[in-house]
Amino acid sequence: MDGMLDFQVILDNFTYFMIGRYPSGPLGGLGLTIYLAVVSCILSFFGGLILGLLSLSRIALIRYPVNMFINTLRGLPLLMVIFWMYFLLPALMGKTVPENNTVIMGLTLFTSAYMSQIVRAGIEGIPKGQVEAALSTGLKHWQAMLYIVLPQGMRNMIPSFVNQFVSLIKDTSLAFIVGVSELTHVGTQINNRTMAFPTEIFIFIAAVYFVLCFTFTSFSRWLEGRLAWRKAI
Amino acid sequence: MLKYNFDWSIVTSGKYFEWLVSGLKITLEISAIGIVLAFILGLLIAVMKMSHFRPLRWVASAYLEFFRNTPLLIQIFFWYFGSYKILPTVVNDYLNNTNFEFAAAVIALTIYTSAFIAEDIRSGILSIPKEQMEAARSAGFSYLRSMQYIILPQAVRITVPPLVNQFLNLMKNSSLAMTIGVMELTYQARQVESYSFKGFEAFTAATLVYLVLSVSLTALMDLYNKRVLNPQRS
Repeated sequence: MDGMLDFQVILDNFTYFMIGRYPSGPLGGLGLTIYLAVVSCILSFFGGLILGLLSLSRIALIRYPVNMFINTLRGLPLLMVIFWMYFLLPALMGKTVPENNTVIMGLTLFTSAYMSQIVRAGIEGIPKGQVEAALSTGLKHWQAMLYIVLPQGMRNMIPSFVNQFVSLIKDTSLAFIVGVSELTHVGTQINNRTMAFPTEIFIFIAAVYFVLCFTFTSFSRWLEGRLAWRKAI
Repeated sequence: MLKYNFDWSIVTSGKYFEWLVSGLKITLEISAIGIVLAFILGLLIAVMKMSHFRPLRWVASAYLEFFRNTPLLIQIFFWYFGSYKILPTVVNDYLNNTNFEFAAAVIALTIYTSAFIAEDIRSGILSIPKEQMEAARSAGFSYLRSMQYIILPQAVRITVPPLVNQFLNLMKNSSLAMTIGVMELTYQARQVESYSFKGFEAFTAATLVYLVLSVSLTALMDLYNKRVLNPQRS
C-alpha cells in the first residue's frame, strides 16, 4: 500500500470531467458520454424495431438474411463493430467521418441487434388470438402488427429497453479507443497528465458511471413491478 | 466502388497468420481461465445473496450492483493502473512478477462476469419450485442434502445455457484487454492492420473467428435445449 488516497485531483479537474472543454471547446467528459448514449439509444430503438419486425416476417427471403445479420452482430465484440465502422464508413462514404459519428454508428448497429431480440420477445409474448381477432375484423397483417400487437408488446418491452440503455451507457466507454473524448477518455487523459493518481481517478469515474447506470437500473426495476401490477388487473 | 486490392493470402499463411493464431490462443486462454474463476466466484456470491444472514446479503447485493453498473473498460483500467494503491504489498509484488497485463485482464473479466453469473445461478435455483424443497425435507433430507441431491442437480441443468452465454460474453469482452496491451485476437488484428495496411483482411479474419466460436457454441446450446431441457418436444 502506497499511503492514503488523495481526491484533490478530482476537484481540480471537476468541470473537465463533467463537460470537457465546453463551452469554449467541444463537449466532452460525462456530457459527451450522455450525448452518445442518448443519440445511439434513440437510433437503435428504431433500428431494433425494424430489425425485430423484419426478423418475424412471413417472407423467408426477408427473415433469413435479417436473422443472419442480427446473429452476426450479436456474435461479435462491440470493439470489433466499432473498428469495422472506423474502416468501412470512410471507405463507403468516400470522405472522413467524425469519430463521434463513427462511434454512434457502431453503437447503434450493435445495440439494434440486441434491441431486435427484445422486440421479438415482446411480440411473441402477445397471444396469437390477438392477431387472429385483428385479422378477422378486416385489418391487414401489417396493420394488425402495428396497431394491435406492437402497442401491447411495447409495454412489456419498456423495462428491457431501459436495461439496454444502461448497457449502452457502459458501452460508450469504448469510444475512448477511437479517440472520442468522453468520460473514460478524459479520465485516461488526466491520468496521463497527473501520473500519480490513477486509483483515485478510476474510482471516481467508476462511481460516476455507477450513479448514472444504477439510477436507470432501479428505474427499470420499478417500471417492471408497476407494469406487472397493472397487468394483473 | 472501392479501389482496394484484396490479398487474402496474408491472413491465411505466413507471419500475420501466426500473429492471429497466437492472438486466438490468448483470447481462448483468458476466456477459459476467466469462466472457471468467474463461475466459482459467482456461485459464492449467489449463495451469499440467498443466505439468511442479512449482512452477507447486503455485501452480495452491493457487489452485484456495483460491478454490473460500471463499464468493464473502467474496471480493467482500475485493476491495471490503479489497483497498486489499495492492494497489499505482497499481492503487488506477486503481480509484478507475473505477466501483469494478462493478470489484470483476467481479474477484471472474472469479477465483471461473476456478477452476471451469480444472477444466472440464483435465478436457476429460484426457478425450482418450492415444493421440491418441501418434499425433500419431509422425506427426511437435511437442508444441505436436499440442496445437494434435489435442488442443485435440477438447477444446474437449467443454468447451463446462460453459463455458455456468459462464456461467449466473456470471450467477446476479452477484446477489451487489448487496451492494456494484452495481445489477444483483436489486438493482433489491429497489429496486422497497422503493419500491412490490410485492415479489411485482418478484421475479416478476426470477425470470422469470433463468429465461428459463437455460432458453434450457440448451436451446441440449442441442441442441449432440445435434447436435455425439453426432450419431449423433439
